[in-house]
Amino acid sequence: MRLLISAALTTLAAGSSLASEATISIDIPQLSVVEYHKPYVAMWVEKADGGKIANLAVWYDVKHKDNEGTKWLKDLRQWWRRTGRELTMPADGLSSPTRAPGTHQIKFDSASKPLDGLTPGSYQLVIEAAREVGGRELLKIPFEWPPKAAANGEAKGERELGSVSLKLTP
Amino acid sequence: MTNPLKLALIAATASLLALPAQAHRGWLLPSATVLSGSDLWVTVDAAVSNDLFYFEHNPLQLDNLAIEGPDGKAITPENVAKSHFRSSFDFKLAQPGTYKLTVANQGLFASYKVDGQNKRWRGKPEELASAIPANATDVKVTESRGRIESFVTSGKPSDATLKPTGVGLEMIPVTHPNNLVAGEKATFRLMLDGQPAKGVAVEIVPGGIRYRDALNDTKATADDTGTFSVTWPAPGFYWMSASVRDDKSKIKNAQRRSSYAVTLEVLPQ
Repeated sequence: MRLLISAALTTLAAGSSLASEATISIDIPQLSVVEYHKPYVAMWVEKADGGKIANLAVWYDVKHKDNEGTKWLKDLRQWWRRTGRELTMPADGLSSPTRAPGTHQIKFDSASKPLDGLTPGSYQLVIEAAREVGGRELLKIPFEWPPKAAANGEAKGERELGSVSLKLTP
Repeated sequence: MTNPLKLALIAATASLLALPAQAHRGWLLPSATVLSGSDLWVTVDAAVSNDLFYFEHNPLQLDNLAIEGPDGKAITPENVAKSHFRSSFDFKLAQPGTYKLTVANQGLFASYKVDGQNKRWRGKPEELASAIPANATDVKVTESRGRIESFVTSGKPSDATLKPTGVGLEMIPVTHPNNLVAGEKATFRLMLDGQPAKGVAVEIVPGGIRYRDALNDTKATADDTGTFSVTWPAPGFYWMSASVRDDKSKIKNAQRRSSYAVTLEVLPQ
């Protein structure tokens, strides 16, 4: 939620014409399983060729005693391999608790971290979800940055993620 | 004996002979090879078996087990146990980085004939001279040196534990052994006494043999720099092995057999 607020403040201060915005909407499906744990989710932006990465958010069990929730971070295995294993968790501004089933929205803008470091070009948004005693799913949404006009991208998960959308405004 | 053809011939002959000692596979199987978090533990099964990775023959002797931590310091295994079909032990991953597990064994074997009867002997080099009778004929002495390894990484992979000892047959990872993914190519170097093991054949067998008919093994050959590559067909645990026979034993008139085997885990994309 902190991300949403800071994004809103930045927009107010800077004026919407200066900063491009990226709004990510993630649907975490309600699953009827015997043992349910809210999924770990990592989202990041990478160059279309898989190059340089900008981490956007990591939802994991931050409240688990003695930071034991980090034990399952490697289950977000592509994120773990790309960048997770290089980081120390929890990380300020990046990690936050897991989310319950429902639709969650987070906003980023070009004036603040981590998107301020993004050079113009082709990218993809990658969202990876892994659930304890459950499965794993990874979705990608390609996009151009910075957006020249309003643009929408969408991907649909089959198991661990529902609809995921990326809304870009110049 | 550096001629690759010669080595290949010897390897072929050795496998034709199908010595009982070579018919089984020795392995270390960690409960996990890629870990996140802190205060982590790994349990390792160790066995000698036909099928990979099932304990159905003998426990692996752990007398010569060494666990090297990312800082190069030795780690003492805990809860070391030997049961009928397998050994097992635990170790703590107190720091991030790559841990190397090694069981390095040495042995000396002899076969000979006395009065037309075949005899076998196994023991230490200093006992050899007195163990074989003066009237023995067809004396064949083999010094055996084998390494069985596996790797485990907590957090970011590190390289300090990947250095070879320069003794016997060893693998130097070019691709980090805890950074293997299905569909990707991994490269390794095979070294004999710290020198490229030119022309030596490497066999890569995926685990899960019990539930399929074909062995599904992959073969590779170390090039002039000892380098070979594998493209992993599917995720899972793999057993990668090689062995060489030569006459470089320090024991007089003995043949030397050097073998290497490593358990590697390949993760899905």
